Amino acid sequence: MNTLLEAFSMIATTEVAVAILASAVYGMVIGALPGLTATMATALLVPITFYLSPIAAIATIITASAMAIFSGDIPGALMRIPGTPASAAYTDEAYALTRKGQAEVALGAALWFSALGGIFGAVALMILAPALAEMALSFSTYEYFWLFFLGLMCATLVARSSPIKAIAAALLGLLITCIGIQNPGGVPRFTFGFTDLLGGIEVLPALVGVFAVSEIMRALTSAPPPPIPNRRLGSILSGQWALTRRYKKQMWRGNVVGVLVGALPGAGADMAAWIAYANSRRFSKEPEKFGTGHPEGLVESGSANNAALAGGWVPATLFGIPGDTITAIAIGVLYMKGLNPGPTLFTEKASSMYALYMVFIIANILMIPLGIVMIRTSRHVLRAPRAAAMPIILLLCAVGTFAIGNNPFAIVLVAVFGVLGFVMERNGFPVAALVLGIVMGTMVEHNFVTSLIKSDGELLPFFERPVSAVLATMTIAALLWPVFVWLLRRLRQARPA
Amino acid sequence: MTLITRRGALAAGALAGIAPLARPALGQARYPNRPVQVIVPWGAGGGTDATARIVAALLEREMGQPFNVVNRTGGSGVVGHTAIAQATPDGYTIGMITVEICMMHWQGLTQLTRNSFTPLALMNEDPPGVQVNANSPHRDIRSLADAIRASPAGRLRASGTGQGGIWHLALAGWLGAMGLPADHVRWVPSNGAAPAMQELAAGGVDIVTCSVPEARAMIEAGRARSLAIMAPQRNPQFPNVPTLKEGLGVDFSVGAWRGMAGPLNMPTEIAQALTAALQRVWNGQEFRDFMNARGFGLVWGNAAEFAAHMERADGTLGAAMRAAGIVRS
Repeated sequence: MNTLLEAFSMIATTEVAVAILASAVYGMVIGALPGLTATMATALLVPITFYLSPIAAIATIITASAMAIFSGDIPGALMRIPGTPASAAYTDEAYALTRKGQAEVALGAALWFSALGGIFGAVALMILAPALAEMALSFSTYEYFWLFFLGLMCATLVARSSPIKAIAAALLGLLITCIGIQNPGGVPRFTFGFTDLLGGIEVLPALVGVFAVSEIMRALTSAPPPPIPNRRLGSILSGQWALTRRYKKQMWRGNVVGVLVGALPGAGADMAAWIAYANSRRFSKEPEKFGTGHPEGLVESGSANNAALAGGWVPATLFGIPGDTITAIAIGVLYMKGLNPGPTLFTEKASSMYALYMVFIIANILMIPLGIVMIRTSRHVLRAPRAAAMPIILLLCAVGTFAIGNNPFAIVLVAVFGVLGFVMERNGFPVAALVLGIVMGTMVEHNFVTSLIKSDGELLPFFERPVSAVLATMTIAALLWPVFVWLLRRLRQARPA
Repeated sequence: MTLITRRGALAAGALAGIAPLARPALGQARYPNRPVQVIVPWGAGGGTDATARIVAALLEREMGQPFNVVNRTGGSGVVGHTAIAQATPDGYTIGMITVEICMMHWQGLTQLTRNSFTPLALMNEDPPGVQVNANSPHRDIRSLADAIRASPAGRLRASGTGQGGIWHLALAGWLGAMGLPADHVRWVPSNGAAPAMQELAAGGVDIVTCSVPEARAMIEAGRARSLAIMAPQRNPQFPNVPTLKEGLGVDFSVGAWRGMAGPLNMPTEIAQALTAALQRVWNGQEFRDFMNARGFGLVWGNAAEFAAHMERADGTLGAAMRAAGIVRS
């Protein structure tokens, strides 16, 4: 009780309040601008945290990243350009809702369930941190391999038309991850002597190129779509309670998956969103509606990616192991402010930990009013003439990807992937699967090769450990399910009715 | 044609505006007389980035002009180091270079070597430690070394960083110093120290040779134990961890160091002014507090000492890389 009161007094200062408010607006705006991502927002905060007190510094990072992960859904729904990789899983779905004239359903669902997911994640963090950490620590390369491989197979589930084209796109994504020196062998592959390619193709420039730039190219080469009737946006939250009651199970499933996946180091909000969306489709009673503008998938994956943010702090605070790039930056800030990750954070500095939990909850509650303002403001973007909006978005894409590593090569990458995305979409290859391949590829290969090194080239150990056996069964079942169904159908046809 | 056209009036106004600013270019009036850029070849939030930022902030206080840190990531450090080496040598672009500069050219990744820079100061060095799982039967380094010698080649596994990374070379060099082939303990590459420590805790590898500060969180959580460090003396932050020499009698040491440098052919007065300022920063209380809080090793070398240190490191690491079969030229 004492620590709780102490924690409360730590955050009830003007500095922390101003920090939270300012970084909330900052994160909200940056996330909503296509081309500028949550990672960039966090990276740019680092110099500012220098001048802040420890709690205020971490509070800015927590708030900005939570807001940015939600507001990345806004351009995704309104313009089919996801603001962050975590929103890419359900961009098509959200955009389809907007085209149907139900933008406030899409955005409201994203807002409401993001906030709920974040709060669930924060509560799970408070209660379950040690247990989650145990689970995270028991994951070795074998388990990771099966998990990421399972994630890779979500590719087929984002196909609107041909699953084969989705798989082809995912395989292309895998090929792209082969570029560079970041492979277990430490040998440069496909670099053709270019220094810039040594580090491989980063996800963010590829994502921005393939979604944003190709969308811009599409917009400029086709006639403008019929203007969405400019009626006043209805109450954003009114339908959400009904949605919550209707999709209770999906929401809880999304939250749980989000926290679990987020707690695994190396798997972040984007992985959680993909897996949740795939789960939603697989277990839905109306799978044929997915892709046409159906809120069920939005509910589950919108919850998952915000819950994953909180889950990512579990290995970060307990062991200093980052869950994703944002927590990696956050760990650096924790060290700088003397809040070293480890057990001391929960014993001597326990009040600081509770203060951080409270900031999590405050940030997610604050998300709702700020999110409503943001949604209403960005609605006006749709009314701007495309010829004016598109060049600005293009500029933002270039600036956003450059700002992360100050590397001009990133801009070249964005352009190349923009052309690639344009060509792919023209021919029916889903770019979401390409991005999925790029996101998962390095991890799948790294864990596969590392596991082989550890097992001396034997394949049996991949199935020996209990968790990896479970994951392996799920993966193989998912792989063989369509074959099984096809066989069953053939057998039924062969038998006389 | 009117005498005074609009354009003419505008031009005259502009000239009148800037005329007072016309002064002979004073050149090196007082270094620095404008902001200085500090390039960091590694990502935001990491150890090198954090160290560079605090150095930059303290240099700003010393020299009175902003020192802005810019991350130039990519190519496993090649991009950032190249940016530092190719900048204009006028003292307004410097950077933090790391031990990888002595490794990259051996792998054939770049033509850059330590001789492509003007060394300014060595600021820190972190030696690798030898960490094992807390449940391991080995309580001291001698017990572990005996087990390594007794085990068949490739049976034990170690991790800590990527293939050919500094901690891999540390293991290779240590095995070499013990008279064993460099791959007697199999290296399992990882994406940095943190995932390697997780593998150690999950039982996937037997040894992790990353630096002790990187392993600290796991050690304090009771999941891992540090048996020795490969350094000439103990780290005061971890006084119970003996050196290899004390625990085993093997005199091998190596370290991941960081130092400030600029492009080649920087003006001597500017380089000397920077080195002097860096020395004041290094001796100051804030820098010490920061480094101690993170457990980073405080090691100082002025420009000449830094150059000599890099030369030694180049030799040691080159030999370790040859032994590990990573050299590509």
